[in-house]
Amino acid sequence: MQPSPGPDHESLRATVTADRSAVAGLVSRIMDIVERFNYPKTSRFAIHLALEEAVSNAFRHGHKLLPPDAAVTVEAHVDARRVRIAVEDQGPGFTPDTIPDPTLDENLAKPDGRGLMLIRAYMTRVDFNPRGNRLEMTYERPPSP
Amino acid sequence: MSPADSRLRVTHDDGVTLVEFVDRNILDEANIQQIGEEISSIIDSRDQPRLLISFANVDHLSSAALGTLITINNRIKTKGGQLRLANIDPQIKEVFAITRLNKLFSIHDDAPSAIASFTS
Repeated sequence: MQPSPGPDHESLRATVTADRSAVAGLVSRIMDIVERFNYPKTSRFAIHLALEEAVSNAFRHGHKLLPPDAAVTVEAHVDARRVRIAVEDQGPGFTPDTIPDPTLDENLAKPDGRGLMLIRAYMTRVDFNPRGNRLEMTYERPPSP
Repeated sequence: MSPADSRLRVTHDDGVTLVEFVDRNILDEANIQQIGEEISSIIDSRDQPRLLISFANVDHLSSAALGTLITINNRIKTKGGQLRLANIDPQIKEVFAITRLNKLFSIHDDAPSAIASFTS
């Protein structure tokens, strides 16, 4: 008997507070879904990195002035072709274009400001809502070699 | 801090301090801060410190960890010391390339080549 095919997509929506074990648990749940859709190792590394950076930015910058129990909302939608992830914080938002380019020579020795550029480098598409407190990112599965 | 609480394994050999990570994932901001403080205290305890940080077995590294490495590098330079990085997984090495931090750090394939690169 042929094994029955799995679902053609999986979605998840969850809130998480600034608690490392809770964040790690949520990231792990999303990465388990990505693995079930057989994304290769390089893709999983890229998605894991972008997800960690997005959630970290939400707490470190978005929730800078909020109590630690203020929740960040994470949504994930995974199918065979792409992984879409949204991270929304409760902060005032920011203007992404104002972040200095950390790869310029004059910024190389500055310790901050690399999270967003890494997300942009590894994901296929990155968008923000007008307020700047919700990041939506998409990873397209690369063509098979 | 007791060694049992440390996220690092630190050994000293022939004037070089070798730092290795206990964890496979360097993502937790509290851990990263602790790592930064531990390494800073090593740097502060030596004149012209020669530090080799090995990333063997490290699978994931956040931008906050990169920031801490930059702070460590700046601190070592202030003291006239030298920092070398080694044993970096190819995917993490790509992160260094994307951020152009491969231009800032002295990165080596393994510990022996990193140690050989220290100048006296």
